[in-house]
Amino acid sequence: MSTAAHPSTGFLALELDGDGGHPAAWRKARHAPAELLDGTRVRATVLAAESAGFHVATFADGSLTPASSEPGGRDIPGRLNALQRAAFAGPVTGSIVLVPEVDTVYTEPFHISTQLASLDYVSGGRAGWLVAASDQAADAAAVGRSFVPADGLGREAADSIEVGHRLWDSWEDDAVIRDVATGRYIDADKLHYVDFESVAGYSVKGPSIIPRPLQGQLPVLAPAGLLSADQLSAGAADAVLVSAPTPELLAGEIAEARAAAPAAAIIAELDVVLDARGQSAAGRLAELDAHTPWRSSRARFVGTAAELTGLLASVLETADGVRLHPAVLDVDLEELAQLVLPALRRQGVLAPRQPGSTFRDLLGLPRPASRYAAVSAPSVTDN
Amino acid sequence: MTDTHIGNGFVPSGKLQLGIFFQGVNSGTVWKSPESGSQTDFESFRRIAQTAERGLFAAFFLGEGLRLREHLGRPHALDVVGRPDAQTMLAALASVTTRIGLVATQNTTYNDPADLAHRLSSLDLLSGGRAAWNVVTTDNAWTGANFRRGGYLDHADRYVHAEAFVTTAKRIWDSWEDGAIAETPAAPAWAAPGSARPVHHQGKHYTVDYVPRLPRSAQYRPVLFQAGDSPEGRDFAARQADVIFSAHPRLGDALDFRRDIVERTVRAGRGANDVKIMPASEFILAATPQEALEKKDWVRSLQIGPEQAIAYLEQFWGRELQGFDPDGPLPDIDPVVEETSETRGSGFHGAKAKQLADQWRAEAKDKGLSIRQFVSARTSRGDSSFTGSYTEVADRLAEYARTGAVDGFNISPWLIPTGLDDIVNHLVPALQERGVYPTEYAGATLRENLGLATPVRQDADTVRLQLTVGEQLL
Ligand SMILES: Cc1cc2nc3c(=O)[nH]c(=O)nc-3n(C[C@H](O)[C@H](O)[C@H](O)COP(=O)(O)O)c2cc1C
Repeated sequence: MSTAAHPSTGFLALELDGDGGHPAAWRKARHAPAELLDGTRVRATVLAAESAGFHVATFADGSLTPASSEPGGRDIPGRLNALQRAAFAGPVTGSIVLVPEVDTVYTEPFHISTQLASLDYVSGGRAGWLVAASDQAADAAAVGRSFVPADGLGREAADSIEVGHRLWDSWEDDAVIRDVATGRYIDADKLHYVDFESVAGYSVKGPSIIPRPLQGQLPVLAPAGLLSADQLSAGAADAVLVSAPTPELLAGEIAEARAAAPAAAIIAELDVVLDARGQSAAGRLAELDAHTPWRSSRARFVGTAAELTGLLASVLETADGVRLHPAVLDVDLEELAQLVLPALRRQGVLAPRQPGSTFRDLLGLPRPASRYAAVSAPSVTDN
Repeated sequence: MTDTHIGNGFVPSGKLQLGIFFQGVNSGTVWKSPESGSQTDFESFRRIAQTAERGLFAAFFLGEGLRLREHLGRPHALDVVGRPDAQTMLAALASVTTRIGLVATQNTTYNDPADLAHRLSSLDLLSGGRAAWNVVTTDNAWTGANFRRGGYLDHADRYVHAEAFVTTAKRIWDSWEDGAIAETPAAPAWAAPGSARPVHHQGKHYTVDYVPRLPRSAQYRPVLFQAGDSPEGRDFAARQADVIFSAHPRLGDALDFRRDIVERTVRAGRGANDVKIMPASEFILAATPQEALEKKDWVRSLQIGPEQAIAYLEQFWGRELQGFDPDGPLPDIDPVVEETSETRGSGFHGAKAKQLADQWRAEAKDKGLSIRQFVSARTSRGDSSFTGSYTEVADRLAEYARTGAVDGFNISPWLIPTGLDDIVNHLVPALQERGVYPTEYAGATLRENLGLATPVRQDADTVRLQLTVGEQLL
């Protein structure tokens, strides 16, 4: 995080969904459309992001209705499960942090916590959780549950996060003892029931079925506005994603988010279209928009690599990180890799990347002790 | 001489396949030996999956359990425990393997059909057509305590529910037209409009109203395995499954099971050879028969130590028996009836506990067995274990291939992560010499490697819809 000791060094995240952020991106990708949905493509994009120097890769999820009759429906591609894409990337990458988006409203918190802990294992401690809360009636219908209206989403998300936090703590770090002398594989005193009760009426018993994740707790990222001030101050999220209508307005939003969640890292969201292949960014965008207009709630940068470098350096003076949503991965990522990230590194704006370091390390978060360890083993200093 | 005739038009393939069953939580994996590695580190999974692939194994399986086993009201301390989520681990393994099938054991009671079908499709595409689902039906409220819906299913309904679940999943996988996705970026749409048919299901336990998000994989749809042995389970498999992960590895028993399954399969209107059978098994191998027997004793002593023997009885007695000598007679005190109930997730029937204890005491006394000897005999993996020299075991396995008793074996290695090394280095070549094991992968997908036919869409409704969509595409 931006503290006096680390003046304005930050991290960059890259969203890797589809062929890019623009709905018509698939028309400019360098592969046949169906190849979007295979492992080769997942591997290629995450490796390109890692070698470009991005610190974090995020993987969007959620329902997309393929080829629907809505405007833009003809440009909506299929989407593989985000957590699996991140897991697939785990063993083939070495330093980039892998953060899938996972819904909290129509999913089982017990499954999610196990899946995310497993992602931490297969990535060597480089996993995070981008919390989503679906507002789609179709998602409720798919699993036959009643629709949760907008005012309930924050609570669903907070409950799911709380279950995750408790389950990840439910095995103390040294619960697996493999004690040949007593024949005990685990120390049962170091496993804990989580006994979570939600307002919505479900309960989760625990403990987890997987030992504590490598990071102890995976960092949780949430979009600004999803969680209440109380939930944030109780530590529900480790990072908040901030959007603004224009790049100029980002600074104000960042300041506001920082005030609402002083302990969290602040990550600014930015759509990006760059001059590329002898074509102006505006020209590229117009061409893509002619197929399907790109609607997003994020600030959008359209221009040259040099201008983007300046903008990112200035945003990173107040934000801890920026997440980029390039219009077309195959095109914009190349420009980012060749021009923007090297320039930011030269300026000393980017945090160093160390192979083997965890997501918590990147966020400057210590590895926490299990909450249950504190209860079951009070130390003398607690008196 | 064993009667090897199977009947009903069944034709033995003469070949065997191997799978590896990485169980996770279990009492069979030796953890007390210096060679035993981590049960959760990715490197253990990578090592064993890559070794299996070197040995041309058809499949890598992960088991599942959705609540930690308990012993006398607290987590059971003696056995290997703690395992990663199956599909997450398999997605990671998909990136470091190229041919081996990736089988996730996933429960039908504590998952939602649309969500599970979507994730299995996703794994199938990500792995290039190598995914499979081992369908299991655990249904107790004790496990349900970890889920939103809780324990809402009667035991008697487990397969009614599972079948509705599986048929819904198949409809989800069948819902996209072949060739729905654009071939070039200049096409009018990424996927032809209407290429995904909505799937509706209204049932006793859940409703599904879903527009599937993914097209078919290289193997059309995930392969279906079934594990469960009741008559209902067998009929369910005969109607729905591609492969049965069975519990009958002894030759005579395996032949009986094959006959039973062939009969049920034919009765369900499928071909006699349509459902493959791969029993769970354990291999203890060495260069000579004598060494293998010694190895077996060593493995057993690590699997059932004095603490395991006492704990085993405690599960049935429902009380602590720590004061009893593992090398002495069975406890003379009676079981606590109320606590030996099914809700602890172990499936022991409370009311029968006293009866069982009396019976065991009589039997142990009769045979002059100590606690340890009695438990060792009771939990003997004799049923599923193949012990012997490489050539001896290869000869025995060739007989299974010849008779068609099974299509292969699912091996639970007793050592992680090196437990397949001797099998791949010595048993596989011996089987290849006998002409009963593949010398290369038959294809790129699991379906091809198991020799399974491409599924045919069966329900009239979808065929009609296909025609409607065909019209739209023109
Ligand atoms: C070889 C074999 C392996 C199994 N593995 C699992 C497993 O990993 N997880 C699980 O929940 N159940 C497992 N089961 C049990 C199934 O859940 C099965 O559905 C259960 O026994 C109830 O079905 P049944 O009454 O037909 O046997 C397994 C069963 C067999 C025969």
